[in-house]
Amino acid sequence: MERKKRMNQLLRMFFIFMKIGTFTLGGGYAMIPLIQDEIVEKNKWIDEDEFIDIIALAQTIPGALAINTSTYIGYRLFGFKGALLGCIGTMLPSVVIILIVAAFFLQFQNNVWVEAIFRGIRPAVVALILAAVIKLGKTLPKSILNIGWVIGSVLCITLFHIHPILVIIFSGILGYMLFKGENSDEDNC
Amino acid sequence: MKIIVEIFIIFMKIGAFSFGGGLAMLPFIEKEIVDKHHWITSNEFIDIIAIAQMTPGPIAINSSTFAGYKVAGILGGLSGSFGIVMVSFILITILAKYFIKIKDAKETKAVFKGIRPAVLGLVLSAAVTVGKTALIDIKSVCIAIIIFLGLNKLKLHPILGIVLAGIMGILLY
Repeated sequence: MERKKRMNQLLRMFFIFMKIGTFTLGGGYAMIPLIQDEIVEKNKWIDEDEFIDIIALAQTIPGALAINTSTYIGYRLFGFKGALLGCIGTMLPSVVIILIVAAFFLQFQNNVWVEAIFRGIRPAVVALILAAVIKLGKTLPKSILNIGWVIGSVLCITLFHIHPILVIIFSGILGYMLFKGENSDEDNC
Repeated sequence: MKIIVEIFIIFMKIGAFSFGGGLAMLPFIEKEIVDKHHWITSNEFIDIIAIAQMTPGPIAINSSTFAGYKVAGILGGLSGSFGIVMVSFILITILAKYFIKIKDAKETKAVFKGIRPAVLGLVLSAAVTVGKTALIDIKSVCIAIIIFLGLNKLKLHPILGIVLAGIMGILLY
């Protein structure tokens, strides 16, 4: 009985990632709010804090952010089988859609309707990302240090063109130096 | 068959060295597929980027599947998409096993206390980057604001937000 329930949950996760893969435009970052909505809020499989750590980890590993996130979540929930289904679930819709679009590419390309739809969707992607920032930001304590850290890393990336991986690594080292003496119970604020 | 294996290995290499997601991958793909192997032209490459951004899913998967398809049809497409995820898939399954064990250690918590605000900064800078090319006129700024308010205040589902934005696109453009 327990095994059957686990199997059902695994399949459920697979279809959730397939659904997310089907409906997100704008790549990995646009997928984060959807993954958060399904995995953290609706199914409560992973809590908010751990979700942020997973994104950080997904960004420090090479490769597509969405794939890394869903593979990791799959592994965390169901082990190797989960990782495999998380990864394939996220990929599958794109691969199928791309193969179809590639085959009919030239007919699609200059259709005025298609162009208009995508002109509307592109700015919405910005809104989606901003909404994700606000949601994720709610779990961070609103200290001057944290706000400065966020602004600092935005400036490092957009203005000074420092590689995101360096920003992550440097922040990890700085965090280790600043907070290693703290009692870990204080973390849950 | 040789070309299918070759595509797989090239995309595996690209997947192993690109940090920062799909957009960071594009220069690698161009170098390998356009410059080195001459499998597709520069113009075709630009079309691939456009399609990869317009179709749902991760840009990295979309562009490598499309590039693989252009070179060697359906098998080439599959070979591109599986090649690109191979390295991160292996890394994650190794790392996750280890990470679950150490994630509650005091040192790990300290490291992630520093990384968390940086991740927010990273996501925010993606909004800045996307915004530079997506917010091009008053209409697009309005769409962004309306969708943002819908998501943030009315708890609109992101998928509905995208559908709504597509409809606005038809009405406005």
